[in-house]
Amino acid sequence: MNDALQGFFNALGDPRLYFLLSCGLLGASLYWRKWFTKIGTGVALLAFAVVFFVWGLGDRDFFAIAMKPDNVPIAGMLVLVGFFTWLALRRAVINDELRARGEPTLEERAASQKVFVWPDLVYTELICLMLVGALLVVWSVYLKAPIEEPAAPAISPNPAKAPWYFLGLQEMLVYFDPWLAGVVFPSFIILGLQAIPYIDRNPKGNGYYTFTERPFAITSFLFGFLILWVSLVILGTFLRGPNWSFFGPFEYWNTNKLEPLINVNLSEIFWVYWLGKPLPQFWLVRELPGLLLLVGYFGVLPIILARTVLKKIYIEAGFARYQVTAFLLLMMALLPIKMLLRWAFNLKYLVQINEFFLNI
Amino acid sequence: MTNLLESIRTSQVWRSIFRHGPPVTTRNRTLAVLSNFFLHLHPVKLRRSGLRLSYTWCMGGITFFLFFVETITGLLLMFYYRPTAEYAFADIQALNAHVPLGIMREIHRWGAHAMVISVWLHMYRVFLTGSYKPPREFNWNVGVILLVLTLLLSFTGYLLPWDQLAIWAITVGSNMARATPVLGHEGPFAGNLTWDGVGLIHAGNDARFALISGRFVGEATLLRFYVLHCVGIPLVVAVLIAIHFWRVRKDGGISGPL
Ligand code: HEM
Repeated sequence: MNDALQGFFNALGDPRLYFLLSCGLLGASLYWRKWFTKIGTGVALLAFAVVFFVWGLGDRDFFAIAMKPDNVPIAGMLVLVGFFTWLALRRAVINDELRARGEPTLEERAASQKVFVWPDLVYTELICLMLVGALLVVWSVYLKAPIEEPAAPAISPNPAKAPWYFLGLQEMLVYFDPWLAGVVFPSFIILGLQAIPYIDRNPKGNGYYTFTERPFAITSFLFGFLILWVSLVILGTFLRGPNWSFFGPFEYWNTNKLEPLINVNLSEIFWVYWLGKPLPQFWLVRELPGLLLLVGYFGVLPIILARTVLKKIYIEAGFARYQVTAFLLLMMALLPIKMLLRWAFNLKYLVQINEFFLNI
Repeated sequence: MTNLLESIRTSQVWRSIFRHGPPVTTRNRTLAVLSNFFLHLHPVKLRRSGLRLSYTWCMGGITFFLFFVETITGLLLMFYYRPTAEYAFADIQALNAHVPLGIMREIHRWGAHAMVISVWLHMYRVFLTGSYKPPREFNWNVGVILLVLTLLLSFTGYLLPWDQLAIWAITVGSNMARATPVLGHEGPFAGNLTWDGVGLIHAGNDARFALISGRFVGEATLLRFYVLHCVGIPLVVAVLIAIHFWRVRKDGGISGPL
């Protein structure tokens, strides 16, 4: 029974299932948000997480990875992110219902009243800080900071992992070359965050929780933050072991486990498998299918979207803003798209131009 | 007892510091905030909606508190730590063994993790309440820079224990810079920049070299990260936090329904 359950969760941890399930979970929580934000649902989810964790700790391999000192805060983060997502959505659902009935939102009710900073705010702050301070001290007394062997530049550990908050980026290395995963995508994450106030021109939802008044903005952000950032950090921390191979939560980190790489390029799929020809010599011809695909993706797709699904946004935002928004969103979508292509077709590169060391 | 408190309150020393009576009247509560250097960051009054923990999650305040804790504990750690390949590791070990009540390192490390988490959650809250919308666009941007700097603070600090965990995490993290387009020696187009058949961009002058001050993570990296971690980045963060708080007030206080 125990073994079967452990096997079940090991299977769920597989990056493909894990990613698709996370997406499904997010979609379901948003779609059935009325149900998701019920107190009972929240308590049940929390109880499940606690039971799972406590039960898991009974297993040696689970314990080893979950109780690594640097990993403990990450498990805590998972609970916090879950809780605050639930809380924000709950307030959004309540506000949206109040609005629909023409009543003031939770924030509007409280906003009409003004209170003194001393004592109300000063004491709230003080209590918060004392609680956080106490938590930090208890945590520090019971959990020692790790110290490993002295630095030895000649002996590389396996796995060699970046600091935990960059593990989402390291996970992207499975699908993209370092120039994209490590340089271009992080730059666009920062630029994209900075652009948010200037591209989201929807005046609604300023200063209160809501979902129905800005569903597109919230869904995109939740996808980026919860799925592409937080869930990949979790994946990289707990489910990636030696050689960056996948290991289920109840699996021993065996350094000999190697996943075979049998990935092929789009150029090979196109020329060799589909047309039955040898690969063209000249890079421009060889990579034409991939290049055309990218031009279509970044150049033509936004125009099609502007005329169909995103028509409303295009009209609200105007040409320049819409182009920037579309570009950033498409950039973000590149990761899940490449994941799906990898899983479905073993696709390695859409474009591989060794002449310029440029692989996409 | 009350008499004692009362005589302290009316003493010349007390009254030279706090120029107002006990904060129970409207006037004195106003003065309590206005005449105090640390509290005058706040307005005198605020809307109740901005006070609710279910609204702000207090994450900005917690982030600030953690930054403060990191500064204090970091300062203490600096007394015991020398950023050289010879001493760094031993100093950290000695810290655990010899310093009384030696949880300074723990507080500093766990506080850093907590700060990364709280800054993410703060951004998350600000997004979900739409608080980046006008007039707070600029302050959101100050925040994004603070987020990046918080991660860099943590990243530079990660190297300092000089153990296997440290140097390999920084190696993996900084390896990315090798692949910077044009500027990293393994990046796209970098190999195409040649002069008389010799590559212009190589491991000895590319973006990664600039970042870690060498071809691999070594003693020069340690010193560079130490200076950035203890002086450079904290200074910038402190200034930006001041601007951030000032702008919160100038933008009309904590966001709320208009
Ligand atoms: C070192 C990092 C940071 C510190 C110490 C900090 C601190 C604070 C504090 C104390 C507030 C008052 C309201 C609250 O507590 O929620 C605040 C508000 C705000 N923060 Fe930050 N913050 C930081 C990073 C960020 C980041 C990463 C962002 C966004 C990307 C951001 C954007 C904002 C905005 C827009 C407000 C105004 C919110 C409102 O009026 O409701 N801050 N910050």
